[in-house]
Amino acid sequence: MMRDTIIAVFQQVAADQGRTLAPMADDLKLTECGLDSLSFAIVVANLEDSLGVDPFNSAEWVDFPVTLADFVQLYESTVA
Amino acid sequence: MNSLWETVARERPAVAGEFEGRTAVIATAELERGSTLGAQLESLRGRSVLLATRGQLATALALLELDGVARRIVLCTPDLVPEVLRDVATTAAADAIVSDQLPLDGPGLDGPGLDGPGLSSHVVSARPEPWTVPRRASELTQWILLTSGTTGRPKLVVHTLDSLAGALPTQASVGAPLAARNSVWSTFYDIRRYGGLQIYLRAVLSGSPLVLSCPDESTHDYLARAAAAGVTHISGTPSHWRRAIMSGDAALLSPRYVRLSGEVADQALLDGLKGIYPHARVAHAFASTEAGVAFDVDDGLAGFPADFIGGVDHAFDMKVEDGTLRIRSGRNAARYLEPESGDGDHRMGDSDGYVDTGDLVELQNGRYYFRGRRGGVINVGGLKVFPEEVESVLNADPRVQMSLVRARRNPITGAVVAADVVLTTATLASVSHSPEQLKNELLSSCRRSLPAHKVPAILHFVPALELTAAGKLVRSGA
Repeated sequence: MMRDTIIAVFQQVAADQGRTLAPMADDLKLTECGLDSLSFAIVVANLEDSLGVDPFNSAEWVDFPVTLADFVQLYESTVA
Repeated sequence: MNSLWETVARERPAVAGEFEGRTAVIATAELERGSTLGAQLESLRGRSVLLATRGQLATALALLELDGVARRIVLCTPDLVPEVLRDVATTAAADAIVSDQLPLDGPGLDGPGLDGPGLSSHVVSARPEPWTVPRRASELTQWILLTSGTTGRPKLVVHTLDSLAGALPTQASVGAPLAARNSVWSTFYDIRRYGGLQIYLRAVLSGSPLVLSCPDESTHDYLARAAAAGVTHISGTPSHWRRAIMSGDAALLSPRYVRLSGEVADQALLDGLKGIYPHARVAHAFASTEAGVAFDVDDGLAGFPADFIGGVDHAFDMKVEDGTLRIRSGRNAARYLEPESGDGDHRMGDSDGYVDTGDLVELQNGRYYFRGRRGGVINVGGLKVFPEEVESVLNADPRVQMSLVRARRNPITGAVVAADVVLTTATLASVSHSPEQLKNELLSSCRRSLPAHKVPAILHFVPALELTAAGKLVRSGA
């Protein structure tokens, strides 16, 4: 569910930014999925708008997600 | 001060970069017997030169040859569209263009008129050709850096090698000759921007090898290449570092010195980097194209100690006035170049010589913290965005009554651009069924006329915007 929402945002942002998205697999590394930093920034901003949360917005150091599965997990644990 | 070449000739560093699509290390000592410009170099003496290369390596090599020869070197960033490049050429009174790809057919460099009458074209190769004519410095070359302006036209900031390298002697622990022998520098930045140029000069003037980043290279590939080259000193914006951490490959490196600049470094990121690089000195530096390098903070904490203001380092003075940080030092740029005045004097400091950085600071428990930028200027991953420029694109659509562009905090790039748009009454009535389509149209027109980092990441339609008594948009500080 969350995974679908996130992938839809990845796809939308990739289309807007004219970037080619790698096939979405759980172990896909985020830095190799085809999105640059700006695209990721836009993904996070859009997810904050639609889900109402920014899991990175914490005074503590958040372990940055490395794979798609990590990313989905981070959002699932924040929304839950 | 000696020309860049005169200094380098003693130190013989190497510059690693892209060469014919692959990575190569060019020992600049080769320039003692060779040249990347050859016979063209003498014809560039005393001239105003646009340095507009596709790859950074060609710029790195051309700078070594042109300082002391050209009257003016304009460091063109790789994202300039032809129209803007022509503006820059006019403002800088350029009479020559040096590129690694003539005729200019690369992204952003194509289009008629650039190498037309009045602007002679010269090719810089990424590998020196044999050349035995002795070098002679005759000019105190102006180094022109581009920075964002309110209108979308870049501002041209005038430096000299002296003002650019002014911060280096105080970097005793970094640039000391003995330490430098074992140092290998690298930077995520492009050396054609201020932050990257600092690292280029640090490496070149201290005789250290420098690993350049390559266009379109993945974070993994860059980090792996830097690691293989034994990089010990590495610099980037907080956004660069967040991406490096996100790649999962940051630990490939084992640097002794990690430097952050160009954006506000938050405590969480500083702690994160210290965790990954426990043996490195993690420092964040305050610098801007106009004010130059002001100071380094290496106590591992965000912000800077209050005693930096009026402090002991006589290389610069700082004060806080109207909430923003002001800096006076020999590293300040001299002035802006203005199109109408050519060589006219447009000093950027106040009457006492202080340059207003526009950065709002707040004193809290003996430390100053950065609190965004005055005038709502947005810093997206180290690149400045003036809200007025984006608003003018949105407002150009007849369906838009007014708009407000502001920063929205973002964990990846520090901030992104957010837009609140008020539609005209007639439009409101007709588009209520398809606001998404209108939103996409507005964003598409932004994408056509603005670089990607300036296009709103978030666009909301709002019923109204707050105005001041004077009828101006209310802009919050950050």
